[in-house]
Amino acid sequence: MDSFLDFEKDISDLNGKIKELRHLVSSGDTNVAEELVRLEASAAQLLRQTYDKLTPWQKAQVARHPERPHFSDYARVLLSEFTPLAGDRTYAEDAAILGGLGRFEGRTVVAIGHEKGEGTEGRVDHNFGMAHPEGYRKAVRLFELADRFGIPVLTFIDTPGAYPGVEAEERGQAEAIARAIETCLGIDVPVISIIIGEGGSGGAIALGVADRILMLGYAIYSVISPEGCASILWRSSERSRDAAEMLRMTSQDMLELGIIDEAVEEPIGGAHRFPEETIELVGRSIGRHLLELEGEGRSSDRRVKRRQKFIDMGTSL
Amino acid sequence: MSWLSNFVRPRIQALVRKRETPENLWLTCDECSQMIFHRDLVANQHVCPHCDHHMRIGPHERFSALFDANSFQRIELPSVVVDPLKFKDEKRYVDRLKENRQQTGEDEAVSVAHGTIDEMPTVIACQNFAFMGGSMGLATGEAMLSAAQLAILQEASLISISATGGARMQEGILSLMQMPRTTIAVTQVREAGLPYISVLTDPTTGGVTASFAMLGDVTIAEPRALIGFAGPRVIENTIRQTLPSGFQRSEYLLDHGMVDMVVPRKELRETLIRLLGMLRRPHSTSSISTIDSTQEGSSS
Repeated sequence: MDSFLDFEKDISDLNGKIKELRHLVSSGDTNVAEELVRLEASAAQLLRQTYDKLTPWQKAQVARHPERPHFSDYARVLLSEFTPLAGDRTYAEDAAILGGLGRFEGRTVVAIGHEKGEGTEGRVDHNFGMAHPEGYRKAVRLFELADRFGIPVLTFIDTPGAYPGVEAEERGQAEAIARAIETCLGIDVPVISIIIGEGGSGGAIALGVADRILMLGYAIYSVISPEGCASILWRSSERSRDAAEMLRMTSQDMLELGIIDEAVEEPIGGAHRFPEETIELVGRSIGRHLLELEGEGRSSDRRVKRRQKFIDMGTSL
Repeated sequence: MSWLSNFVRPRIQALVRKRETPENLWLTCDECSQMIFHRDLVANQHVCPHCDHHMRIGPHERFSALFDANSFQRIELPSVVVDPLKFKDEKRYVDRLKENRQQTGEDEAVSVAHGTIDEMPTVIACQNFAFMGGSMGLATGEAMLSAAQLAILQEASLISISATGGARMQEGILSLMQMPRTTIAVTQVREAGLPYISVLTDPTTGGVTASFAMLGDVTIAEPRALIGFAGPRVIENTIRQTLPSGFQRSEYLLDHGMVDMVVPRKELRETLIRLLGMLRRPHSTSSISTIDSTQEGSSS
């Protein structure tokens, strides 16, 4: 954990002091041990206090934290024999959406997710998780593959949105997203989606039509970024904070609006501080929902129920 | 129509009788700035007679132009939760809705009517850009679902006419959920074996393009309509380059394989009749005599 967010300045300062003291203790200075214990306790308390009352805007910062675990991390830890499958068979391979076959708790699954990439080079390689049409078309190919073989689908959502570029438009970004939504509404196998970071607009919903929709505690899900909303409504990105509040984009909001089935609470301090613990929590939640879906029996009812779930959304608020 | 009556007279009239002339008698084309007499404009389905600019029109004009005369009836759409987020920017969302209702005389950004087109039962869902930019919220989802149900019940074809900036921000995540909801609607029509034709008009962008608008059995675009997912300004700001000429216009989409055809407004009804006829009446007996009566193919 090296990068701190601006609202974490006090925590960062304290951690700096703790680091220095640890260094002294390890070099034999026992007088400071007590002070170290005290500082560590107050650092933990400060972290709790800060994270207990994060504003929506701060949660957006946490959701976008560069050190937050990404799809590749979840695939590595939660799946065995993960075998990525590449390409849309039409134009190209898109590294902003990865997917493939793997085993989750023994059973075969198709796992698909946006990948933001690690480090500067990695982020560029994965286009910051902003897919081109090829990414959605690859996802469609994998949804159909899963359906043919009766394999459940897990999707991991983490994208600022679809890539706003000339080529993406020329190759039919809108059609590709529409087709991904349509495909997900038509398959008979269980689909579980989890928003692990940023659930950005059309790029997110392309992977977000599922029987169960889960969301990490500090993740965000929105039709438009707070910056985009602010620049449209107030013609100034300065008002992003207000937009973040107004848009209701947190996991708590999603529960209240009946969009998600479960908010998976992250350890205090966020997934970027505790990646292993977070991934484990996500795995447990997916496992539980998958067992329930598999126990529901007839697959043709599943598609009908999935559609009904979306038809009902927003009708009983 | 002479140069004198087209150009000089309106100018003189505008000078001389500015006050007395109701301002809506003469209109200026946004594209070529020529004056158009309002009755000519209506007769020409709001297409500029000078430059062929297809102006934005609402459900009223669309229904009258496409359905058989006196055949259509609007349906009342189910009411939806109003302002679920209690959204407020410089204005409250509820006030914005109220204003738009007063200005347009419509309840929402989409209207649905059923009737016949060349005696074929048809349901049309038509967006209205004048109502909050044709934005898609819960009401649009509900309208599309109702239109689909009605089409299935009446064994009618479904036509959507899109004119929208995309999702309605003021309904936040619920507006995003209208992408799957409207997709369910058109999927139901497809599964009932009924044709769904999508007509894209200026502008069609955002979440609407990325859901029902791009899923037609046949997709038709009006000339020079702006059609895309991301708005041109957003793209320009991202890539920091000027966009290619004609980018995201109907003809550009046709070249890139994204729509079936670009059809001028005055030919739209005939085109729909032909397409729906072939999809709905695959075994027509009139086709043989039609071929006989044309000159095509006889002199090659």
